[in-house]
Amino acid sequence: MITLEINGKQHSVDVPADVPLLWVIREHLRLTGTKFGCGKGLCGSCTVHVDGKAERSCQIPVAEAQGKKITTIEAVASTPSGAAVQKAWVAEDVPQCGYCQSGQIMTASALLSANPKPTDAQIDEYLSGNLCRCGTYQRIRKAVHKASREMKKGGKP
Amino acid sequence: MKTSITRREFLQKSLAGAGIAIAVSITPYGTKLLSAEEAAKEGPDFSPNVWLTITPDDIVHVIVNKSEMGQGVYTSMPMIVADELDADWKQVRMTEALAADKYKDPIWGRQSTGGSTTIRHMYKPLRIAGAAARQMLISAAADIWKVPESECEAYRGTVRHIVTKRSLTFGKLTEKAASIPVPKSPALKSEDKFDLIGSPVERLDVPDKSRGKAMFGIDTFVEGMQYAAIARPPAYGAKPLSFDKDAAMKVRTVSHAVPIPTGIAVCAGTPEGAWKGRDALDVKWDKGIEPGLDTASLEKKFMADLAKEGITARNDGDVKTVLDAAPKTIEATYVLPYLSHATMEPMNCTVAIGPASCEIWVPTQNQTGVLELAEKETGLKPDQIKVHTTYLGGGFGRRFEIDVVEEAVKIAKAAGKPIKLIWKREEDMKHDFYRPANVSRIEGAVDEKGRMTAWSHKIVCPSIFSRVFPGQVKNGIDPAAVEGVRNMEYEVPNLRVEYVRIDTPVPVGFWRSVGSSHNGFTVESFVDEAAHAAGKDPVEFRLGLLKNHLRAYRVLETVAEKAGWAKPLQKAQGRGVAQHMSFGSYIAQVAEVSVDKKDRSIKVHRVVCAVDCGPIVNPAIITAQMRGAIVMGLSAALKEAIAFAKGGVGSSNFDNYPLLRMADVPDIEVHIIKSKDEMGGIGEPGLPPIAPAVANAVFNASGIRVRRLPMKPETVLAAMKKV
Repeated sequence: MITLEINGKQHSVDVPADVPLLWVIREHLRLTGTKFGCGKGLCGSCTVHVDGKAERSCQIPVAEAQGKKITTIEAVASTPSGAAVQKAWVAEDVPQCGYCQSGQIMTASALLSANPKPTDAQIDEYLSGNLCRCGTYQRIRKAVHKASREMKKGGKP
Repeated sequence: MKTSITRREFLQKSLAGAGIAIAVSITPYGTKLLSAEEAAKEGPDFSPNVWLTITPDDIVHVIVNKSEMGQGVYTSMPMIVADELDADWKQVRMTEALAADKYKDPIWGRQSTGGSTTIRHMYKPLRIAGAAARQMLISAAADIWKVPESECEAYRGTVRHIVTKRSLTFGKLTEKAASIPVPKSPALKSEDKFDLIGSPVERLDVPDKSRGKAMFGIDTFVEGMQYAAIARPPAYGAKPLSFDKDAAMKVRTVSHAVPIPTGIAVCAGTPEGAWKGRDALDVKWDKGIEPGLDTASLEKKFMADLAKEGITARNDGDVKTVLDAAPKTIEATYVLPYLSHATMEPMNCTVAIGPASCEIWVPTQNQTGVLELAEKETGLKPDQIKVHTTYLGGGFGRRFEIDVVEEAVKIAKAAGKPIKLIWKREEDMKHDFYRPANVSRIEGAVDEKGRMTAWSHKIVCPSIFSRVFPGQVKNGIDPAAVEGVRNMEYEVPNLRVEYVRIDTPVPVGFWRSVGSSHNGFTVESFVDEAAHAAGKDPVEFRLGLLKNHLRAYRVLETVAEKAGWAKPLQKAQGRGVAQHMSFGSYIAQVAEVSVDKKDRSIKVHRVVCAVDCGPIVNPAIITAQMRGAIVMGLSAALKEAIAFAKGGVGSSNFDNYPLLRMADVPDIEVHIIKSKDEMGGIGEPGLPPIAPAVANAVFNASGIRVRRLPMKPETVLAAMKKV
């Protein structure tokens, strides 16, 4: 039995130790906001927070995630940066097909937790691991700046 | 049979809901509207395609028969209905349509999404549906108040009596309205009265997509389902020589291991079980139909076919005579690779088959194709089959194909249980229907005054249509292979277009902007080369060839002005332009680039785009589609090429098939031209101009003419050495 703490809740799952955390989150626990894109840590669709840091859940064997606090898109609004990013994403109409956007939001909110006022270049660098085939990058940049401004104001619109 | 089911469903819905439902039926003689009652009485030719239901809780339900893959149809289609209806946008909800005759596209007679046609095909039917409902609601209110209809108006979800200022919400009027005869030709709003159409209305799907709540195909769960995985041949046409079924069956939770036409399928209770089971099969394959196939062998074949005589697709004037006599001729050969769709959501499909039922959940662009396939595979009747269209995590034409559905249905039949089939990225990349490679040779002549007098264009390209819609291949000419060349805007008195069809084992399919994705590059690169040969400015030269093609002329003129074409650039930067009409829309783009002096990498600093797509529904969506198409086109222009090796596909994932990343994406300005001309599409036409605009800018910046895509540093370096 593997025990995981996801979004503040304890989950026990009967899976082999080497199964990627992604598949346990998505298919075993059915938190489907976290997406599968490449399975090799190349696209960022599966990004979750592990102890507050953005990590590729397809690259973490589930056993290694035990004892850590995992946050997924479903609960990212409980963090100040996550709430600001989600709000900015809606305000700027960022998503198109939307498939990569959970990963984009998880990475962007981790960026703003670490660096509340990033430059364009810092945004580009931090988010360069997240692919978007629809090409929403220009609105992503804009939304990250917007979220940054909102956080500065204390999260109030 | 199909229509009787349709009518029964229609009645059930309208009787149960106590709302009003309108069906719009497009017949060869025009559009007609039917109330639920009338629809029930209609003859067997009745095939409604749009539903609009208003329920007593004041909600307007718009059923959308097109697939949402990021292009915004779950917003733009409801906008059209809501505007004509004078609904309150906050009370509009959309529901995706099941696959059924009544939801077929009125022009195509099939339910599918592609060809940048959604708004073009649905604009009028949706307006009529909304207008008819509005008129009925007004009649209902007038009847209740015993006042003339002319004293009533619809306004944001209510009907108001102008004189007494009384009002009733749509929800309160549904019962009465349902008893009113449907107007045969409802008056449409005049365009200056549009409230939503023409505005950047926020998308309905964005909140869910920003919270991880939008349900894509891969997010489907069905009671008792198994996971399926497939071991696939590494080379085209390879057959299994042996596989270890026992080893697979020993893997935890594995329940089945069965051969299917495309490989060996394994089912298991968990996804990890299915993939481990698949790996345990240890399939030995034969070498396939062409073991020596690789990137180099394919290119050699394409190049060799340039020598073949093609089928003439257009022949104006006398190209040969003019070329032979011309004072100045130019010749160029362009080479473009096979491309993957690389949708972010890999192919997947979930299927549950019962004794007299089949239910399919799939992110598809081709509902009719899925339904027909399910009928064939299960022997069930259409009314026993439900096809649910989920959100599509990207489409770009890939999801017009139904290969993954066929696999899933076959596996579900063999397993006797519901299954969810998920392709890994490697399967997705290696088993695509690729954007065809293209090798084209163009010869042109310029006269003493610098006018383009002849253009001879030979295209070597595989045929998509011969597999997908063979009926549209006329005289051996694949319409996609020659699109954008045969119908080029430029006025060249002597123009010949030749098509050489090349058949290889590599399957090809529709990829965003299809033939224009390669032909836009060859035409716009060559016209640029001709401009330089003529000693003319590239914009001026093009405008001179577009005297009778005013929409193309206007976008080109607009983009030049907005980009500041005549203004000096920063040192070492270059500017390039391209224009291309596809899917009825006219697009011109200017790219500003620099080429690194050391490694010859290209940096795109800025892109300016002008678009004329005729009447506008949602300008924010148009801008997003232009930018998205430019990013995808730029990714293809700079990075993407499918590699082949050992008889199959060598590329496997984003490490060896890189896509453009955020830091490489320039600022893209989009200028939408106000136009009353015929409506064009918007999902695809933004793509073709970007690659030639960048290649032309590279020439302007560095003097290097790159005639091969993608423009990787080594390609630029090789082109430099050739010049």
